[in-house]
Amino acid sequence: MRRLLIALGLLALAASAFAGEIALSDRRSGYELMGRELRAMQDDDTANPGMLWVLEGAALWKRPTGAASRACVDCHGEAAVSMKGVAAHHPAFDAAKQRPVSLDQRINNCRVDRQQAPPLAYESRELLALGAYVARQSRGLPIAVTIDDRMRPFLDAGHAIYERRQGQLNLACSQCHDDNWGRQLAGNLIPQAHPTGYPLYRLEWQSLGSLQRRLRGCLTGIRAEAYDYGAPELVDLELYLMWRARGMTMDAPAVRP
Amino acid sequence: MASALINVPARAKRGEIIEIKTLISHVMETGFRRTQVGAVIPRNIIRRFVCSYNGAEVFSADLHPAMSANPFIVFSTIATESGTLAFEWTGDNGFSVKETAAITVE
Repeated sequence: MRRLLIALGLLALAASAFAGEIALSDRRSGYELMGRELRAMQDDDTANPGMLWVLEGAALWKRPTGAASRACVDCHGEAAVSMKGVAAHHPAFDAAKQRPVSLDQRINNCRVDRQQAPPLAYESRELLALGAYVARQSRGLPIAVTIDDRMRPFLDAGHAIYERRQGQLNLACSQCHDDNWGRQLAGNLIPQAHPTGYPLYRLEWQSLGSLQRRLRGCLTGIRAEAYDYGAPELVDLELYLMWRARGMTMDAPAVRP
Repeated sequence: MASALINVPARAKRGEIIEIKTLISHVMETGFRRTQVGAVIPRNIIRRFVCSYNGAEVFSADLHPAMSANPFIVFSTIATESGTLAFEWTGDNGFSVKETAAITVE
């Protein structure tokens, strides 16, 4: 009997240590976990290096390209109106591909289909610039990916990847970002992994980077083989993370350590 | 294509100390790094930044390999008269960017 009680006690302890999903009211964006100086850097548009990409994106938005010699602005008009909230809704379902696509993929689809131009490489300056410019139009808006019957299987797949132990270190995303957020990983604070500000400027990168770059960095960190840019697994994971951060405020282009 | 962001107050009182913020897009490659096959990545940095106020130099800086990408330089000067602030960054591989900003002094 006593042994059983001890076992039950240990189980209860284990349950409290692995608390699982973060309650909606306990969620904190990376911005809220940063220091004063970095917040000031992000908030000031003339100090935030991400704005360099936004400026470049604004120029690209108006530049005709491809065989169709058409610019984004020719179809979409002013980005401040047409692109408002778009980044907060991605990944979104694409009827042609019958699966969710990321914002970067949506931009490239548009380039190939409408502008008849070659797709931009992932993490290229142009794609990041257009992504940052579009994402900037969602600043201050709540994240709201659409989850319906078509999207549900992909959300579940992303959730499964998030909970799955991977790599030589045999770690799941959730073990750091759900169970141990707020604690230290060497010198760094473990954040809750809410993708509110992508593409964002990371001081470590000395550059702007996409959410997929961040995810691949994490996968390499747990010594797993990282999925390729644009891989369905990464988009599913992106979708799950955005759903997990539903209702949180977009702050792209963000600055992070 | 705009590659620099400049923040200068549009108006200032005569004699007032004004803060000027500049941010420029540049990789600031140190010249000490190597590729995965061991080849040295050539140095590519901004060497010098100069700000002149109606033609007179009010601030300048020499930049070196240990500086971060996209250098953010903030400095102050005294608002003396209405006119133009000119900014110039020069560096390796013939890098040169010039920007101007207008200021009205009352």
